[in-house]
Amino acid sequence: MRAGRYRRDDEAARVWKGGYRPYDLVKEASIAFGVVLALAVVLTILFSSPDEQSSTIKSWSRTDPVDFVTTAVNELNGTSDLAGYGPPYNHNSDGQHIAFLYPQKWLGVNIAINPAEDLVLAPLRTINGNPALQAAVALYKAAPAKLQTAWTTAYSDALAKAKVGAGGTITLPPGRYGPVPIMMNGLLSFAQSGGLDGALLTNKQFYQTDYTKALLYMADGGVLANRAQAEHLSGDQWGMMNETGSYPGQVWLWLYTLWYQIKPFSTSDNADVLVMALMGALSLAFVLVPFIPGVRSLPRHIPIYKLIWREHYRSHSPASASVEHMPPPAVSPGGPAP
Amino acid sequence: MSTSTERSWTVRLRNRAVGALPPEKLLPDGQPTYVASWIYVFGVLSLSALAMLILSGTILAIKGPTWWHVSSIGHFFNSIHLWSVELFFFFMVVHLWGKYWMAAWRGGRKGVWMTGAVTFLVAVPCALTGYVSQQNFDAQWISTQAKDAMNSVGIGGFFNLMNFGQMYSWHIFLLPIAVTALVIAHVLLVRKHGVVPPFELEDKLQAARRGAGGEAGS
Repeated sequence: MRAGRYRRDDEAARVWKGGYRPYDLVKEASIAFGVVLALAVVLTILFSSPDEQSSTIKSWSRTDPVDFVTTAVNELNGTSDLAGYGPPYNHNSDGQHIAFLYPQKWLGVNIAINPAEDLVLAPLRTINGNPALQAAVALYKAAPAKLQTAWTTAYSDALAKAKVGAGGTITLPPGRYGPVPIMMNGLLSFAQSGGLDGALLTNKQFYQTDYTKALLYMADGGVLANRAQAEHLSGDQWGMMNETGSYPGQVWLWLYTLWYQIKPFSTSDNADVLVMALMGALSLAFVLVPFIPGVRSLPRHIPIYKLIWREHYRSHSPASASVEHMPPPAVSPGGPAP
Repeated sequence: MSTSTERSWTVRLRNRAVGALPPEKLLPDGQPTYVASWIYVFGVLSLSALAMLILSGTILAIKGPTWWHVSSIGHFFNSIHLWSVELFFFFMVVHLWGKYWMAAWRGGRKGVWMTGAVTFLVAVPCALTGYVSQQNFDAQWISTQAKDAMNSVGIGGFFNLMNFGQMYSWHIFLLPIAVTALVIAHVLLVRKHGVVPPFELEDKLQAARRGAGGEAGS
Protein backbone atom coordinates (compact mmCIF):
# COMPACT_ATOMS: atom_id res chain seq x y z
CA MET A 1 0.00 0.00 0.00
CA ARG A 2 2.74 2.43 1.04
CA ALA A 3 4.93 1.35 -1.89
CA GLY A 4 1.99 2.06 -4.17
CA ARG A 5 1.60 5.54 -2.73
CA TYR A 6 5.31 6.19 -3.12
CA ARG A 7 5.07 5.14 -6.77
CA ARG A 8 2.10 7.47 -7.29
CA ASP A 9 3.99 10.38 -5.72
CA ASP A 10 7.04 9.50 -7.80
CA GLU A 11 5.09 9.38 -11.03
CA ALA A 12 3.11 12.56 -10.25
CA ALA A 13 6.38 14.50 -9.82
CA ARG A 14 7.64 13.78 -13.34
CA VAL A 15 5.76 16.51 -15.19
CA TRP A 16 4.68 19.91 -13.92
CA LYS A 17 1.55 20.96 -15.78
CA GLY A 18 0.93 24.10 -13.78
CA GLY A 19 2.00 27.67 -14.23
CA TYR A 20 5.34 29.44 -14.51
CA ARG A 21 6.50 32.83 -13.37
CA PRO A 22 9.32 35.02 -14.68
CA TYR A 23 12.72 34.13 -13.27
CA ASP A 24 16.18 35.66 -13.78
CA LEU A 25 18.73 32.96 -12.97
CA VAL A 26 21.82 35.09 -13.63
CA LYS A 27 20.49 37.94 -11.47
CA GLU A 28 19.69 35.54 -8.63
CA ALA A 29 23.18 33.98 -8.80
CA SER A 30 24.83 37.42 -8.84
CA ILE A 31 22.88 38.59 -5.79
CA ALA A 32 23.64 35.32 -3.96
CA PHE A 33 27.36 35.71 -4.67
CA GLY A 34 27.25 39.29 -3.40
CA VAL A 35 25.54 38.16 -0.19
CA VAL A 36 28.09 35.39 0.43
CA LEU A 37 30.99 37.73 -0.33
CA ALA A 38 29.62 40.26 2.15
CA LEU A 39 29.08 37.58 4.80
CA ALA A 40 32.60 36.18 4.38
CA VAL A 41 34.17 39.66 4.59
CA VAL A 42 32.13 40.60 7.68
CA LEU A 43 33.01 37.31 9.42
CA THR A 44 36.67 37.82 8.49
CA ILE A 45 36.73 41.36 9.89
CA LEU A 46 34.95 40.26 13.07
CA PHE A 47 36.68 36.95 13.77
CA SER A 48 39.77 36.55 11.49
CA SER A 49 41.16 32.96 11.55
CA PRO A 50 43.36 30.97 13.92
CA ASP A 51 47.06 30.43 13.27
CA GLU A 52 48.79 28.96 16.31
CA GLN A 53 52.46 28.48 15.60
CA SER A 54 53.44 24.85 15.08
CA SER A 55 55.47 22.95 17.65
CA THR A 56 59.00 21.91 16.74
CA ILE A 57 61.28 19.24 18.17
CA LYS A 58 63.66 22.10 18.97
CA SER A 59 61.08 23.90 21.13
CA TRP A 60 59.86 20.63 22.67
CA SER A 61 63.36 19.49 23.69
CA ARG A 62 64.09 22.90 25.17
CA THR A 63 60.88 23.34 27.15
CA ASP A 64 60.47 19.72 28.29
CA PRO A 65 63.79 17.87 27.87
CA VAL A 66 62.75 14.98 30.13
CA ASP A 67 59.66 14.24 28.04
CA PHE A 68 61.74 14.45 24.88
CA VAL A 69 64.40 12.04 26.18
CA THR A 70 61.75 9.68 27.59
CA THR A 71 60.17 9.54 24.15
CA ALA A 72 63.56 9.01 22.50
CA VAL A 73 64.41 6.08 24.80
CA ASN A 74 61.00 4.53 24.11
CA GLU A 75 61.69 4.80 20.37
CA LEU A 76 65.12 3.25 20.91
CA ASN A 77 63.97 0.25 22.96
CA GLY A 78 60.80 -0.38 20.96
CA THR A 79 58.21 0.49 23.63
CA SER A 80 56.74 3.61 21.99
CA ASP A 81 53.28 3.71 20.42
CA LEU A 82 54.89 3.96 17.00
CA ALA A 83 57.09 0.92 17.61
CA GLY A 84 54.04 -1.23 18.31
CA TYR A 85 51.71 0.47 15.82
CA GLY A 86 51.72 -2.02 12.96
CA PRO A 87 50.80 -1.12 9.37
CA PRO A 88 51.45 1.14 7.52
CA TYR A 89 54.63 1.83 9.54
CA ASN A 90 55.84 -1.63 10.65
CA HIS A 91 54.83 -5.26 11.16
CA ASN A 92 54.88 -5.17 14.96
CA SER A 93 51.10 -5.65 15.27
CA ASP A 94 48.15 -6.47 13.06
CA GLY A 95 46.50 -3.12 13.68
CA GLN A 96 42.77 -2.65 14.16
CA HIS A 97 40.15 -5.08 12.96
CA ILE A 98 36.45 -5.90 12.84
CA ALA A 99 35.87 -9.60 13.48
CA PHE A 100 37.86 -11.35 10.73
CA LEU A 101 38.40 -8.17 8.71
CA TYR A 102 41.94 -6.77 8.99
CA PRO A 103 42.12 -3.96 6.40
CA GLN A 104 45.04 -2.28 8.15
CA LYS A 105 47.07 -5.48 7.94
CA TRP A 106 45.89 -6.40 4.45
CA LEU A 107 46.91 -3.09 2.89
CA GLY A 108 50.41 -3.60 4.30
CA VAL A 109 53.42 -1.52 5.32
CA ASN A 110 53.76 1.36 2.84
CA ILE A 111 55.56 3.93 5.01
CA ALA A 112 58.19 1.74 6.66
CA ILE A 113 59.61 3.32 9.81
CA ASN A 114 62.01 1.64 12.21
CA PRO A 115 61.75 3.96 15.23
CA ALA A 116 65.09 3.02 16.80
CA GLU A 117 67.01 3.32 13.56
CA ASP A 118 65.13 6.15 11.83
CA LEU A 119 64.32 8.39 14.80
CA VAL A 120 67.37 7.88 17.05
CA LEU A 121 70.39 6.04 15.65
CA ALA A 122 70.43 7.48 12.11
CA PRO A 123 70.13 11.11 13.32
CA LEU A 124 72.92 10.46 15.87
CA ARG A 125 75.20 9.22 13.08
CA THR A 126 74.80 12.53 11.24
CA ILE A 127 76.45 14.44 14.13
CA ASN A 128 80.07 15.19 13.23
CA GLY A 129 82.98 16.09 15.49
CA ASN A 130 81.94 13.99 18.46
CA PRO A 131 83.97 10.73 18.48
CA ALA A 132 82.73 9.75 21.95
CA LEU A 133 79.14 9.92 20.73
CA GLN A 134 79.85 7.85 17.63
CA ALA A 135 81.72 5.32 19.77
CA ALA A 136 78.66 5.10 22.07
CA VAL A 137 76.38 4.49 19.10
CA ALA A 138 78.73 1.79 17.79
CA LEU A 139 78.90 0.16 21.23
CA TYR A 140 75.13 0.15 21.53
CA LYS A 141 74.64 -1.33 18.07
CA ALA A 142 77.23 -4.06 18.75
CA ALA A 143 75.67 -5.09 22.07
CA PRO A 144 73.30 -8.08 22.32
CA ALA A 145 69.58 -7.20 22.30
CA LYS A 146 69.20 -8.33 25.93
CA LEU A 147 71.93 -5.96 27.08
CA GLN A 148 70.50 -3.11 25.01
CA THR A 149 67.14 -3.62 26.73
CA ALA A 150 68.78 -3.72 30.18
CA TRP A 151 70.55 -0.39 29.52
CA THR A 152 67.51 1.40 28.10
CA THR A 153 65.15 0.05 30.77
CA ALA A 154 67.44 1.17 33.58
CA TYR A 155 67.85 4.57 31.93
CA SER A 156 64.12 4.92 31.32
CA ASP A 157 63.33 4.06 34.95
CA ALA A 158 65.88 6.56 36.18
CA LEU A 159 64.34 9.38 34.11
CA ALA A 160 61.74 9.76 36.87
CA LYS A 161 64.59 11.12 39.02
CA ALA A 162 66.16 13.23 36.28
CA LYS A 163 67.29 16.75 37.11
CA VAL A 164 67.16 19.47 34.50
CA GLY A 165 70.13 21.79 34.39
CA ALA A 166 70.16 25.48 33.53
CA GLY A 167 71.02 24.87 29.89
CA GLY A 168 68.26 22.31 29.40
CA THR A 169 70.62 19.39 30.06
CA ILE A 170 69.48 16.47 32.18
CA THR A 171 71.40 14.47 34.77
CA LEU A 172 70.46 11.09 36.21
CA PRO A 173 71.57 9.23 39.35
CA PRO A 174 74.48 6.83 38.69
CA GLY A 175 73.38 3.51 37.18
CA ARG A 176 74.16 0.74 34.71
CA TYR A 177 73.03 2.56 31.57
CA GLY A 178 75.90 1.58 29.26
CA PRO A 179 76.35 4.08 26.38
CA VAL A 180 72.72 5.28 26.55
CA PRO A 181 73.38 8.53 28.54
CA ILE A 182 76.00 9.68 26.02
CA MET A 183 73.60 8.89 23.17
CA MET A 184 70.62 10.62 24.77
CA ASN A 185 72.60 13.71 25.78
CA GLY A 186 73.94 13.87 22.23
CA LEU A 187 70.44 13.55 20.79
CA LEU A 188 69.06 16.11 23.23
CA SER A 189 71.75 18.60 22.33
CA PHE A 190 71.16 17.94 18.62
CA ALA A 191 67.41 18.44 19.06
CA GLN A 192 67.84 21.64 21.08
CA SER A 193 69.99 23.10 18.31
CA GLY A 194 67.23 22.38 15.75
CA GLY A 195 69.28 19.71 13.98
CA LEU A 196 66.86 16.87 14.64
CA ASP A 197 63.94 18.74 13.00
CA GLY A 198 65.97 18.80 9.79
CA ALA A 199 67.42 15.31 10.16
CA LEU A 200 63.96 13.73 10.39
CA LEU A 201 62.89 15.42 7.17
CA THR A 202 65.92 14.38 5.22
CA ASN A 203 65.82 11.64 2.66
CA LYS A 204 67.62 11.39 -0.66
CA GLN A 205 66.03 14.57 -2.01
CA PHE A 206 67.04 18.16 -1.40
CA TYR A 207 63.42 19.40 -1.35
CA GLN A 208 61.26 18.03 1.45
CA THR A 209 57.51 17.97 2.04
CA ASP A 210 56.99 14.86 4.15
CA TYR A 211 56.72 15.47 7.91
CA THR A 212 55.64 11.94 8.84
CA LYS A 213 58.66 11.00 10.98
CA ALA A 214 58.84 14.28 12.88
CA LEU A 215 55.10 14.31 13.56
CA LEU A 216 55.02 10.68 14.70
CA TYR A 217 57.96 11.42 16.99
CA MET A 218 56.16 14.38 18.57
CA ALA A 219 52.87 12.44 18.75
CA ASP A 220 54.62 9.78 20.84
CA GLY A 221 55.63 12.46 23.36
CA GLY A 222 53.50 14.90 25.25
CA VAL A 223 54.26 18.06 23.29
CA LEU A 224 51.22 17.97 21.00
CA ALA A 225 48.83 16.34 23.46
CA ASN A 226 49.53 18.88 26.21
CA ARG A 227 48.85 21.80 23.88
CA ALA A 228 45.76 20.07 22.50
CA GLN A 229 44.36 19.49 26.00
CA ALA A 230 44.79 23.18 26.79
CA GLU A 231 43.12 24.09 23.48
CA HIS A 232 40.14 21.72 24.03
CA LEU A 233 41.23 19.52 21.12
CA SER A 234 41.75 16.11 22.71
CA GLY A 235 39.69 13.09 21.78
CA ASP A 236 37.32 13.30 24.76
CA GLN A 237 36.77 17.00 23.95
CA TRP A 238 35.36 16.27 20.49
CA GLY A 239 38.90 16.01 19.17
CA MET A 240 39.81 16.99 15.68
CA MET A 241 36.39 18.45 14.89
CA ASN A 242 37.52 21.51 16.86
CA GLU A 243 40.30 23.92 16.11
CA THR A 244 42.35 26.26 18.27
CA GLY A 245 40.56 29.25 19.70
CA SER A 246 36.80 29.74 19.66
CA TYR A 247 36.30 28.87 16.01
CA PRO A 248 33.66 26.48 14.71
CA GLY A 249 36.20 24.07 13.23
CA GLN A 250 35.03 21.13 11.17
CA VAL A 251 31.50 21.03 12.61
CA TRP A 252 30.38 18.84 9.71
CA LEU A 253 32.37 16.03 11.38
CA TRP A 254 30.10 16.12 14.44
CA LEU A 255 28.53 12.72 13.77
CA TYR A 256 31.91 11.12 13.12
CA THR A 257 33.32 12.59 16.34
CA LEU A 258 30.19 11.74 18.33
CA TRP A 259 30.82 7.99 18.17
CA TYR A 260 34.19 8.38 19.92
CA GLN A 261 32.39 9.86 22.93
CA ILE A 262 30.08 6.88 23.55
CA LYS A 263 30.40 3.16 24.25
CA PRO A 264 31.35 0.74 22.78
CA PHE A 265 33.53 2.99 20.62
CA SER A 266 34.97 5.05 23.50
CA THR A 267 36.34 1.93 25.21
CA SER A 268 37.26 -0.21 22.21
CA ASP A 269 40.81 -0.88 20.99
CA ASN A 270 39.32 -0.96 17.49
CA ALA A 271 37.41 2.31 17.81
CA ASP A 272 38.79 3.87 14.61
CA VAL A 273 37.92 1.02 12.29
CA LEU A 274 34.50 0.60 13.96
CA VAL A 275 33.69 4.30 13.56
CA MET A 276 34.96 4.35 9.97
CA ALA A 277 32.86 1.29 9.09
CA LEU A 278 29.77 2.78 10.71
CA MET A 279 30.26 6.13 8.97
CA GLY A 280 30.90 4.33 5.69
CA ALA A 281 27.58 2.49 6.04
CA LEU A 282 25.74 5.68 7.02
CA SER A 283 27.32 7.57 4.11
CA LEU A 284 26.20 4.87 1.68
CA ALA A 285 22.68 5.03 3.12
CA PHE A 286 22.75 8.82 2.75
CA VAL A 287 23.56 8.54 -0.96
CA LEU A 288 20.96 5.79 -1.44
CA VAL A 289 18.10 7.53 0.42
CA PRO A 290 15.84 7.48 -2.69
CA PHE A 291 16.02 3.67 -2.70
CA ILE A 292 15.47 2.95 1.01
CA PRO A 293 11.82 2.16 1.83
CA GLY A 294 10.60 4.05 4.85
CA VAL A 295 13.38 6.65 4.73
CA ARG A 296 12.32 7.80 1.26
CA SER A 297 8.64 7.97 2.32
CA LEU A 298 9.17 9.84 5.58
CA PRO A 299 8.90 13.33 4.01
CA ARG A 300 5.35 12.43 2.89
CA HIS A 301 4.31 11.60 6.46
CA ILE A 302 5.92 14.57 8.22
CA PRO A 303 4.24 17.64 6.73
CA ILE A 304 7.24 19.97 6.57
CA TYR A 305 6.50 20.08 2.84
CA LYS A 306 3.25 21.91 3.62
CA LEU A 307 5.34 24.68 5.14
CA ILE A 308 7.75 24.79 2.20
CA TRP A 309 4.98 24.86 -0.41
CA ARG A 310 2.37 26.76 1.62
CA GLU A 311 2.00 29.44 -1.09
CA HIS A 312 1.41 26.77 -3.69
CA TYR A 313 -1.18 24.91 -1.62
CA ARG A 314 -2.94 28.19 -0.75
CA SER A 315 -3.31 29.16 -4.40
CA HIS A 316 -3.93 25.66 -5.74
CA SER A 317 -7.04 24.42 -3.97
CA PRO A 318 -8.68 21.34 -5.55
CA ALA A 319 -11.16 23.66 -7.26
CA SER A 320 -8.52 25.88 -8.85
CA ALA A 321 -5.82 23.48 -9.98
CA SER A 322 -3.47 24.40 -12.83
CA VAL A 323 -3.80 28.16 -12.59
CA GLU A 324 -1.35 29.55 -15.09
CA HIS A 325 0.20 32.96 -14.38
CA MET A 326 2.19 33.01 -17.59
CA PRO A 327 2.79 30.69 -20.48
CA PRO A 328 5.49 28.08 -19.88
CA PRO A 329 8.89 28.71 -21.52
CA ALA A 330 9.48 27.26 -24.99
CA VAL A 331 10.99 24.23 -23.26
CA SER A 332 9.80 24.18 -19.67
CA PRO A 333 12.50 23.66 -17.03
CA GLY A 334 10.19 21.28 -15.28
CA GLY A 335 9.53 19.30 -18.40
CA PRO A 336 9.23 15.56 -18.62
CA ALA A 337 12.13 13.50 -17.41
CA PRO A 338 13.46 10.98 -19.84
CA MET B 1 22.62 15.89 -43.61
CA SER B 2 25.49 14.07 -45.28
CA THR B 3 26.54 10.64 -44.15
CA SER B 4 29.94 11.89 -43.10
CA THR B 5 28.31 14.54 -40.88
CA GLU B 6 25.98 11.96 -39.35
CA ARG B 7 28.99 9.81 -38.50
CA SER B 8 30.88 12.69 -36.92
CA TRP B 9 31.45 12.06 -33.22
CA THR B 10 31.43 15.81 -32.66
CA VAL B 11 28.04 16.26 -34.30
CA ARG B 12 26.60 13.33 -32.40
CA LEU B 13 27.88 14.71 -29.09
CA ARG B 14 26.50 18.18 -29.90
CA ASN B 15 23.11 16.84 -30.92
CA ARG B 16 22.91 14.74 -27.81
CA ALA B 17 23.94 17.63 -25.52
CA VAL B 18 21.54 20.10 -27.11
CA GLY B 19 18.77 17.51 -27.09
CA ALA B 20 19.19 16.86 -23.38
CA LEU B 21 19.78 20.47 -22.38
CA PRO B 22 18.58 23.04 -24.94
CA PRO B 23 19.57 26.64 -24.08
CA GLU B 24 16.07 27.40 -22.74
CA LYS B 25 16.47 24.63 -20.19
CA LEU B 26 20.07 25.41 -19.36
CA LEU B 27 19.39 29.09 -18.69
CA PRO B 28 15.65 29.31 -18.08
CA ASP B 29 13.77 32.60 -17.80
CA GLY B 30 10.76 30.98 -16.14
CA GLN B 31 10.30 29.06 -12.91
CA PRO B 32 7.37 26.87 -11.80
CA THR B 33 5.05 28.87 -9.53
CA TYR B 34 5.61 26.51 -6.59
CA VAL B 35 9.24 27.59 -6.32
CA ALA B 36 8.36 30.24 -3.78
CA SER B 37 10.18 29.61 -0.49
CA TRP B 38 13.37 30.80 1.17
CA ILE B 39 14.57 27.20 1.28
CA TYR B 40 15.26 27.38 -2.45
CA VAL B 41 17.99 30.01 -2.05
CA PHE B 42 20.32 27.62 -0.19
CA GLY B 43 21.27 25.81 -3.38
CA VAL B 44 22.51 28.95 -5.09
CA LEU B 45 24.08 30.14 -1.81
CA SER B 46 26.05 26.86 -1.67
CA LEU B 47 27.24 27.48 -5.23
CA SER B 48 28.22 31.04 -4.35
CA ALA B 49 30.18 29.88 -1.30
CA LEU B 50 31.97 27.33 -3.50
CA ALA B 51 32.86 30.12 -5.94
CA MET B 52 34.22 32.16 -3.01
CA LEU B 53 36.26 29.15 -1.87
CA ILE B 54 37.77 28.71 -5.32
CA LEU B 55 38.55 32.42 -5.69
CA SER B 56 40.13 32.83 -2.24
CA GLY B 57 41.91 29.47 -2.60
CA THR B 58 43.32 30.54 -5.96
CA ILE B 59 44.76 33.71 -4.44
CA LEU B 60 46.32 31.67 -1.61
CA ALA B 61 47.69 29.14 -4.12
CA ILE B 62 49.23 31.87 -6.30
CA LYS B 63 51.23 33.18 -3.36
CA GLY B 64 52.11 29.76 -1.92
CA PRO B 65 51.39 27.94 1.35
CA THR B 66 53.55 30.04 3.69
CA TRP B 67 52.39 33.49 2.52
CA TRP B 68 49.38 33.76 4.81
CA HIS B 69 51.51 33.11 7.91
CA VAL B 70 53.73 36.13 7.29
CA SER B 71 51.44 38.63 5.55
CA SER B 72 48.40 40.43 6.93
CA ILE B 73 46.86 40.46 3.44
CA GLY B 74 47.53 36.74 3.18
CA HIS B 75 45.94 36.18 6.58
CA PHE B 76 42.89 38.15 5.40
CA PHE B 77 42.46 35.87 2.39
CA ASN B 78 43.00 32.80 4.56
CA SER B 79 40.20 34.05 6.82
CA ILE B 80 37.96 34.59 3.77
CA HIS B 81 38.77 31.01 2.75
CA LEU B 82 37.97 29.68 6.24
CA TRP B 83 34.63 31.48 6.53
CA SER B 84 33.71 30.53 2.98
CA VAL B 85 34.11 26.86 3.85
CA GLU B 86 32.05 27.29 7.00
CA LEU B 87 29.32 29.02 4.94
CA PHE B 88 29.60 26.39 2.19
CA PHE B 89 28.91 23.53 4.58
CA PHE B 90 26.18 25.44 6.41
CA PHE B 91 24.32 26.30 3.19
CA MET B 92 24.85 22.80 1.83
CA VAL B 93 23.47 21.12 4.95
CA VAL B 94 20.36 23.35 4.99
CA HIS B 95 19.94 22.71 1.23
CA LEU B 96 20.21 18.94 1.75
CA TRP B 97 17.71 18.91 4.61
CA GLY B 98 15.33 21.04 2.56
CA LYS B 99 15.59 18.67 -0.38
CA TYR B 100 15.08 15.68 1.90
CA TRP B 101 11.80 17.06 3.24
CA MET B 102 10.69 17.78 -0.34
CA ALA B 103 11.61 14.18 -1.30
CA ALA B 104 13.43 15.85 -4.18
CA TRP B 105 14.41 12.52 -5.75
CA ARG B 106 10.85 11.95 -7.00
CA GLY B 107 9.98 11.97 -10.67
CA GLY B 108 13.23 10.55 -12.02
CA ARG B 109 15.47 12.81 -9.95
CA LYS B 110 17.39 10.15 -8.00
CA GLY B 111 20.60 11.20 -9.76
CA VAL B 112 20.11 14.76 -8.57
CA TRP B 113 19.96 13.62 -4.94
CA MET B 114 22.86 11.21 -5.31
CA THR B 115 25.24 13.71 -6.93
CA GLY B 116 24.36 16.20 -4.19
CA ALA B 117 25.00 13.66 -1.44
CA VAL B 118 28.31 12.54 -2.97
CA THR B 119 29.35 16.19 -3.31
CA PHE B 120 28.87 16.61 0.45
CA LEU B 121 30.87 13.44 1.16
CA VAL B 122 33.75 14.48 -1.14
CA ALA B 123 33.74 18.00 0.32
CA VAL B 124 34.55 16.54 3.76
CA PRO B 125 38.05 15.20 2.84
CA CYS B 126 38.53 18.32 0.69
CA ALA B 127 38.16 20.41 3.84
CA LEU B 128 40.20 17.95 5.94
CA THR B 129 43.16 18.15 3.55
CA GLY B 130 42.95 21.93 3.88
CA TYR B 131 43.08 21.75 7.66
CA VAL B 132 46.17 19.49 7.58
CA SER B 133 47.87 21.71 4.97
CA GLN B 134 47.79 24.81 7.18
CA GLN B 135 51.38 24.36 8.46
CA ASN B 136 50.47 25.35 12.00
CA PHE B 137 49.56 23.60 15.26
CA ASP B 138 46.04 22.77 14.07
CA ALA B 139 47.55 20.92 11.10
CA GLN B 140 49.95 19.01 13.37
CA TRP B 141 47.26 17.95 15.79
CA ILE B 142 44.55 17.10 13.27
CA SER B 143 46.91 15.10 11.05
CA THR B 144 48.36 13.04 13.91
CA GLN B 145 44.88 12.35 15.29
CA ALA B 146 43.10 11.62 12.02
CA LYS B 147 45.86 9.33 10.74
CA ASP B 148 44.56 6.52 12.98
CA ALA B 149 41.19 6.48 11.23
CA MET B 150 42.89 6.40 7.81
CA ASN B 151 45.33 3.70 8.91
CA SER B 152 42.60 1.57 10.49
CA VAL B 153 40.93 1.03 7.12
CA GLY B 154 44.22 0.60 5.31
CA ILE B 155 44.36 3.83 3.30
CA GLY B 156 46.81 5.72 5.54
CA GLY B 157 49.76 4.37 3.58
CA PHE B 158 48.40 5.87 0.36
CA PHE B 159 46.67 8.96 1.76
CA ASN B 160 49.17 10.14 4.36
CA LEU B 161 47.81 13.10 6.32
CA MET B 162 51.31 13.90 7.65
CA ASN B 163 52.77 14.28 4.18
CA PHE B 164 52.27 17.98 3.54
CA GLY B 165 53.18 17.79 -0.15
CA GLN B 166 50.65 15.06 -0.81
CA MET B 167 47.87 16.73 1.18
CA TYR B 168 48.48 20.11 -0.46
CA SER B 169 48.14 18.51 -3.90
CA TRP B 170 44.91 16.82 -2.91
CA HIS B 171 43.58 20.02 -1.35
CA ILE B 172 44.31 22.53 -4.09
CA PHE B 173 43.81 20.30 -7.12
CA LEU B 174 42.42 16.77 -6.95
CA LEU B 175 39.55 17.18 -4.48
CA PRO B 176 38.42 20.65 -5.65
CA ILE B 177 38.29 19.25 -9.20
CA ALA B 178 36.16 16.36 -7.92
CA VAL B 179 33.82 18.67 -5.95
CA THR B 180 33.47 21.07 -8.88
CA ALA B 181 32.80 18.25 -11.35
CA LEU B 182 30.14 16.80 -9.05
CA VAL B 183 28.52 20.20 -8.58
CA ILE B 184 28.43 20.76 -12.34
CA ALA B 185 26.83 17.33 -12.85
CA HIS B 186 24.34 18.09 -10.06
CA VAL B 187 23.35 21.47 -11.51
CA LEU B 188 23.02 20.08 -15.05
CA LEU B 189 20.76 17.32 -13.73
CA VAL B 190 18.64 19.92 -11.94
CA ARG B 191 18.36 21.93 -15.15
CA LYS B 192 17.49 18.79 -17.11
CA HIS B 193 14.81 17.46 -14.77
CA GLY B 194 13.59 20.74 -13.28
CA VAL B 195 12.79 21.48 -9.65
CA VAL B 196 10.73 18.74 -8.03
CA PRO B 197 7.00 19.59 -7.91
CA PRO B 198 5.08 19.60 -4.62
CA PHE B 199 3.33 16.54 -3.22
CA GLU B 200 -0.27 16.33 -4.29
CA LEU B 201 -2.42 17.02 -1.23
CA GLU B 202 -4.61 14.21 0.08
CA ASP B 203 -7.89 16.12 -0.43
CA LYS B 204 -6.87 16.92 -3.99
CA LEU B 205 -5.99 13.28 -4.65
CA GLN B 206 -9.30 12.16 -3.17
CA ALA B 207 -11.20 14.76 -5.22
CA ALA B 208 -9.41 13.54 -8.33
CA ARG B 209 -10.30 9.94 -7.49
CA ARG B 210 -13.96 10.88 -6.86
CA GLY B 211 -14.02 12.76 -10.15
CA ALA B 212 -12.55 9.78 -11.97
CA GLY B 213 -15.09 7.49 -10.25
CA GLY B 214 -17.97 9.82 -11.26
CA GLU B 215 -16.84 9.95 -14.87
CA ALA B 216 -16.50 6.19 -14.95
CA GLY B 217 -20.01 5.81 -13.51
CA SER B 218 -21.64 8.27 -15.90
